[in-house]
Amino acid sequence: MKLTSTLLAATALVALMAGVAEAKTLIYCSEASPANFDPGTTTGGNDFDASSRTIYSRLVEFKHGSTEIEPGLAESWEISADGLTYTFHLRAGVKFQTTDFFKPTRDLNADDVIFSFDRQQNPENPWNKYLPDLAWDYYTGMDMPKYVKSWEKVDDLTVKLNLNEPNAPMLANLGMDFASIVSKEYADQLQASGALADFSTKPVGTGPFQFVDYQLDAVIRYAAFPDYYKGKEKIDDLVFAITPDATARTQKVLAGECDIAPYPNPADIASLKTNDTINLMEQAGLNIGYMSYNTTIAPLDRADVRHALSQAIDRNALIQALFQDAGATPAQNLIPPTMWSWNKDVAAEAYDPEAAKKVLADAGLTTIDLWASDRVRPYNPNFQRAAELIQADWAKVGVTANIVNYEWTKYREEGKKQDRPGAFQIGWTGDNGDPDNFFATLFSCAAIGVSNYSSWCNDEFEALIQKAKTTSDIAERTKLYEEAQVIFAKEAPAFLLAHSQVYTIVAKSVTGYQMDPLGIHRFDGTDKAE
Amino acid sequence: MLRFILNKLALILPTVIGITICAFVFVRILPGDPILAMAGEHGVTPERYALLREQFGYNLPIWEQYFRYVWAALQGDFGVSLSSKRPVLEQFLTLFPATFELTLFASIFSVILGVPAGMIAAIRRGSWVDQTLMGTALVGYSMPIFWWGLLLIIFFSGYLGWTPVSGRIALQFFLKPITGFMTIDSLLYGKFDAFVSALRHLVLPTIVLGTIPLAVIARQTRSAMLEVLGEDYVRTARAKGLSPNRVVGLHALRNALIPVVTTIGLQVGTLLAGAILTETIFSWPGIGKWMVDSIFKRDYVVVQSGLLIIALIVMAVNLLVDVLYAVINPRIRVAS
Repeated sequence: MKLTSTLLAATALVALMAGVAEAKTLIYCSEASPANFDPGTTTGGNDFDASSRTIYSRLVEFKHGSTEIEPGLAESWEISADGLTYTFHLRAGVKFQTTDFFKPTRDLNADDVIFSFDRQQNPENPWNKYLPDLAWDYYTGMDMPKYVKSWEKVDDLTVKLNLNEPNAPMLANLGMDFASIVSKEYADQLQASGALADFSTKPVGTGPFQFVDYQLDAVIRYAAFPDYYKGKEKIDDLVFAITPDATARTQKVLAGECDIAPYPNPADIASLKTNDTINLMEQAGLNIGYMSYNTTIAPLDRADVRHALSQAIDRNALIQALFQDAGATPAQNLIPPTMWSWNKDVAAEAYDPEAAKKVLADAGLTTIDLWASDRVRPYNPNFQRAAELIQADWAKVGVTANIVNYEWTKYREEGKKQDRPGAFQIGWTGDNGDPDNFFATLFSCAAIGVSNYSSWCNDEFEALIQKAKTTSDIAERTKLYEEAQVIFAKEAPAFLLAHSQVYTIVAKSVTGYQMDPLGIHRFDGTDKAE
Repeated sequence: MLRFILNKLALILPTVIGITICAFVFVRILPGDPILAMAGEHGVTPERYALLREQFGYNLPIWEQYFRYVWAALQGDFGVSLSSKRPVLEQFLTLFPATFELTLFASIFSVILGVPAGMIAAIRRGSWVDQTLMGTALVGYSMPIFWWGLLLIIFFSGYLGWTPVSGRIALQFFLKPITGFMTIDSLLYGKFDAFVSALRHLVLPTIVLGTIPLAVIARQTRSAMLEVLGEDYVRTARAKGLSPNRVVGLHALRNALIPVVTTIGLQVGTLLAGAILTETIFSWPGIGKWMVDSIFKRDYVVVQSGLLIIALIVMAVNLLVDVLYAVINPRIRVAS
């Protein structure tokens, strides 16, 4: 009997495989296994690639290849004049995915939207603790509990978001992965059967691909969702082949075993650039590498001293030595040039050791602590090497740098202390394409002791970025951030290094794939020639 | 025999306690705070930090944390992964067949090649054959696994295109695990081409993982053979006019194999340690890659419990080898 059923299963599978053989399959060699498939609960870029960007949709979406917001599940919205109420009009007829484990009986409605946020906001919601030690890191990290007052159902297709105080980046926040809309009907079904944890392993959404299977740490399989509200994708099957080793990923694309692979080794970039069998796509990353001066400790409390230290660093040589063939864009401002409100008129300090020497001598600065860690970051591949080069540059202007080393976690723990002396190397990768995510997160007064490593609190700068937060008029916000960048350049609380390049290897047969400035990998709109 | 096993178990107990302490302390003496590590560059507010410390039990006295951890482990509860929020044991059981399959193939590979190579080297002692074989074994033993793996991938998969780069099976095969062994499952599904694909995917990882044990076994076999070949009874057998094949194959090999069997048992530790690198290079979805991924994700619960489970397996296999050894060689059990 068992043999018969095995044989039957095998035959069915053969038939299935025959079908699959004709289907158009895109294979993406991802860099790591996803923690799970509930984007509200995870924080890694690879988690989002595997869940929110494939399986789910949001009220608003980032336009493909940009950080601009476009309608998603909400086809339109209004923001009240005081910036406290957002009214979203949901698209009618949006279907949830039908899978082996869930058959939806209704279309998307306001209940799903409210549930998606309430489960993260409300400790009384049974789903708030549906997994052990659940923290909703992104929801709290973006300060949503502070801003969100309530979600209100107006009718099935209209939902209102009430805020406690105006927050201009809110719309961009709603395009982020944690804001993915999940199915309340599915949650209710799981709750009734007591299998709540399945919500994170058997996902159901309204996105372009639906979940088929996940073999732990090996392969994730998706199929194009036939009823996707923007129409079925051109590829039929999407496969994530989890390949953590960068060399193996590159070799797999070259061997035709996968179609797209992110993050090649920097050492392979030069040879990949000349390889005609693949396309090497590149883009300036939404990141910044910088070095924070503690602006509260003399003589670094003087802007001219901070400027002089930055002037003494040969930035181009430093970038060349650190990033080599992979390359990086020298930073003029805290935000990268791909982000709106980037001020093109602000220039970084020119390399001028002679001028620097004079100022530093006058200030009596002869020694300084220079911090370095062991970790490779996208915005700085080698803190230690950078520290050594900066140390050599500063030696030329009469400043002896004492390199302070710590393991990465301890490093940041020590670095954020307000009495930490000297210059601290660090960086940032943006979350949502909003300038506030750089300016306020890294240099607001409130971020001192958390992520403002310069302990810099400038009234003028603070007033501008706080004002920019409360208005939703993009033109006005742009003006405010442009002004903030002028002040930042004048005050120089940090030495701005570079925005690194990000690379993706793509097979020649793939068309329509676009790199995303937010660093996510999405496959809607991607096609593959047979 | 039962007394022998109980004796061995009594000896293992302090080691198990030692390992639980090591795994527990190791994770806690790592520099940096696990909560801050999880928070990433975003940082974390003091209130949230306090809340998370409480949630994870890091606010309890260290001894209480230890006893809670051991008590739970004794009941088969190895905790819940910080990143996936799934039970560690469940993940381990899903991934272990992949590691077991790979280490089994690597063991077979190292024994099948290592024992004959050691024998030939011993018989032809001092000749160029001996020197070549032992020289190669020394190179194999010294080869860093990650470098050897990448070298093989670039040459055989990239340049020659003979073997797949990584993974367990070609992605066109979608087999729901039955036993978890890809070679067996493919046959159970009646898919011979999937079986061939699984075998092809095993070639390079098996060679990479099996290289060090192969070298160790070859060298051990050679020295054991040399010792036995010098024994009086072998000389007697030769004097009686037995054929050289019979002398070596029957009289010498059987006795030479006793220390070799011990060596093979001890290689389990080497294989599991090697699997960590091999699996990462070949994207082999086993426990080695899982540990590396967890270290990168700072998933301390997985690292701590994974270490413990792996150590327990190594000890269990060594116990098994001891028992088998006692079965083969009665002198051992009498002596103990």
